[in-house]
Amino acid sequence: MSPAAGFARTLRAEWTKFRTVRGWVLGTVVAALLVPLLAAVSAAGSHASCDRNGVETACPEPPLGPDGRAVHDKFFFVHRTLDGDGSITVRLTSMSGIITYPPPDHDEIVPGLVPWAKAGVIVKASMEPGSSYAAVMATGEHGVRMQHDYTGDVAGRPGGAPRWLRLTRAGETLTGYESADGRQWAEVAAVRLPDLPAEVEIGMFAASPGDLTVKQADLGGLIEQMRFTETTAVFDQVKVEGAAPGAWRHTDVSPTPGTNPGEVHHPGSAVESGGTFTVVGSGDIAPVGTDGGMAVELTLTGILFALVVVVVVAVLFVTAEYRRGLVRVTLAASPRRGRVLAAKALVIGGVVFAAGLAASAVAMPVGKHLLRGNGNHVLPVPALTEVRVIAGVAALLAVSAVLALALGTLFRRSAAAVVTALALILLPHVLATASVLPVELSLWLLRITPAAAFAVQQSIPEYPQVVDFYVPQGGYYPLPPWAGLGVLCCYAALALALAVVRLNRRDA
Amino acid sequence: MEATIEVTGLRKRFGRTVALDGMTFRVPPGRVTGFVGPNGAGKSTTMRVILGLDAPDEGRALVGGVPYRSLEEPLTRVGALLDAGALQPSRTGRDHLLWLAHSQGLGAARVDEVIGLVGLGGTARRRAGGYSLGMRQRLGIAAALLGDPPVLMLDEPFNGLDPDGIVWIRGLLRSLAAEGRAVLVSSHLMSELEGTAGQLVVAGRGRVVADMGVAELIEAASHDRVTIRTTARSRAMETLAGAGATVAVTGGDTVTASGPPAERVVELLTGGGVPFSEVTAHRATLEEAYMELTRDAVEFRADGAGR
Repeated sequence: MSPAAGFARTLRAEWTKFRTVRGWVLGTVVAALLVPLLAAVSAAGSHASCDRNGVETACPEPPLGPDGRAVHDKFFFVHRTLDGDGSITVRLTSMSGIITYPPPDHDEIVPGLVPWAKAGVIVKASMEPGSSYAAVMATGEHGVRMQHDYTGDVAGRPGGAPRWLRLTRAGETLTGYESADGRQWAEVAAVRLPDLPAEVEIGMFAASPGDLTVKQADLGGLIEQMRFTETTAVFDQVKVEGAAPGAWRHTDVSPTPGTNPGEVHHPGSAVESGGTFTVVGSGDIAPVGTDGGMAVELTLTGILFALVVVVVVAVLFVTAEYRRGLVRVTLAASPRRGRVLAAKALVIGGVVFAAGLAASAVAMPVGKHLLRGNGNHVLPVPALTEVRVIAGVAALLAVSAVLALALGTLFRRSAAAVVTALALILLPHVLATASVLPVELSLWLLRITPAAAFAVQQSIPEYPQVVDFYVPQGGYYPLPPWAGLGVLCCYAALALALAVVRLNRRDA
Repeated sequence: MEATIEVTGLRKRFGRTVALDGMTFRVPPGRVTGFVGPNGAGKSTTMRVILGLDAPDEGRALVGGVPYRSLEEPLTRVGALLDAGALQPSRTGRDHLLWLAHSQGLGAARVDEVIGLVGLGGTARRRAGGYSLGMRQRLGIAAALLGDPPVLMLDEPFNGLDPDGIVWIRGLLRSLAAEGRAVLVSSHLMSELEGTAGQLVVAGRGRVVADMGVAELIEAASHDRVTIRTTARSRAMETLAGAGATVAVTGGDTVTASGPPAERVVELLTGGGVPFSEVTAHRATLEEAYMELTRDAVEFRADGAGR
């Protein structure tokens, strides 16, 4: 008989074992039901509404970028319509700004630029917020950048104004250049914008994201503060090539409504005088982080409870055999012990993966629907990202079950194995996301413990070109999604290997 | 595959306790071999070693000439019942047999067959946690028979059985042996094996103290003791002692002589003109023979029976 056929028999026997104990099947079903149930309960209790001139209304939602993600698209734009190919060349002669009431005393408006204050030239598909664009710009502290479609960001040379900038459009290719003197040009990057129409808006812009600081709260936790900032950019030597007739138009893109109807809060502005343009703007052209709404994985918090149930079932799947001496019957029937453990791992892993997949595939759309119905803004993400979160969470539960099974085999005792598994997987995650530990320590816990796997549910990535408070409490994990899951897989593989060695060395 | 179990020079220690100390025996096909000895003699440990569950420090155990752990579909070669309590209480008896069957590539039809064979019937569809010890033994025996193996090994199968059950299992064991299978049955009570076992392996302190046929064993234990009932006690004693027998007074009109067999005693007394009313050749029971053999081997331990 081939080893594969032998393994298939052992696998079938272990599956029969699992499905014939009602408690284990029931436990798995309960674990699966907990996820959509808790999604519904927590969504039903989450309401959001905004006050508009004393009237309760639905909150405004951020525009969606070309890939469907929510984006910030707020800046001051001096522009013309360009038909077909063309280019814009400018000299950014100076860039300055203000930051309102920064720490420590919060008592004055100071001059200065935040690190990602932006000014430069841009080609944009339309004036519709969230439309496709490419821009080459100088920044407060990050040198020259070429950015496109909100998430794309390529670094040019360091340094700020004065600086020559050029952006050319040829079909769907946009190329950014920079120069210190207007003669020696260096390419920053070339990007493709496949959805760009023939007619685009081309021009100069200024934007300045809010100034973020974080301070320790008196009673643990952290307080985030965001302050208004503004950038003033001065351009001259402006030259547009291509079919861009007419005068320059000024548009405050996505202005913040003021208190009174028709009023704009902190409006931007532009002044043209003898070929010199002074553009004042605030806001940002960038992706929205988790502070801009609810991430889809917030509908899956029930997996924490499901995890506890799953760990208990997985541990019992093996320790129940030790408790009754049944393991001797098992090993007499299948003397290849590694094969038995592999079959057990595959059965519990497969069962939990299937249950977890069904649970999160139901919980996420139900939770999203209920949250949106209650006025909450759920941050949209690409469909593939949702699939990854759903499958990733199922994998997290499945691999956790395998780790728990291996620990059960190593300890041969239910309580010790359950406690160890939960202390390894759940505890670090709870500690890291509960604002009880220093941020650095939390991040390390989520890098080196099996709890790193929770990164697999992060749907909103961390963007280096956006200043945000990227901490576990905010739904940001230090490792990329699959790498985090990989850490858990390593722990499970190690525990399984130790369990096989122990099983082979010790008397049954 | 040859239907035998061969155990050669098994030694094993658990910490400071010597469990096996050179255990050696062979279980031939076609008969029931009783594996007897007091608790702690090493019977269960030997069986676990045969099944590849425990590793011996020295020696080896072969089933049909090969180590158990190298067998594919081992339950079709060796059927074993080690511990009738080794069950998941929430699983039904039938499901217990079903997963075992699946592990050997067998189907549900064979499961229902052995359920009928051991007389478990409808009980098989109830949770095993509610079974009496007797029903668990029947389930364990069903599991051992599942693969229709040529070698069977049962550890204390009589435990917890009612008299009907004991009669049933004795018949079952005899018929299994009659089909040419090698059957090894352990027990700490010799009386349970009387009339069933043809061969006896008597274990004590981790080794074999006797390995012989049941008839031989009883013969050896009887020591040719003869009891004589006579009114002429002193004359009988003189006559028998004169012929070289060891004689002892055991009652008002009885003496016991050991040495010459009963026929010789009758001859001597008749020849000497000694009157007697009864000459009884003493035959030891299996139990007595066993007690005598294991007298030195019994270990009294404060910590109980050990493993």
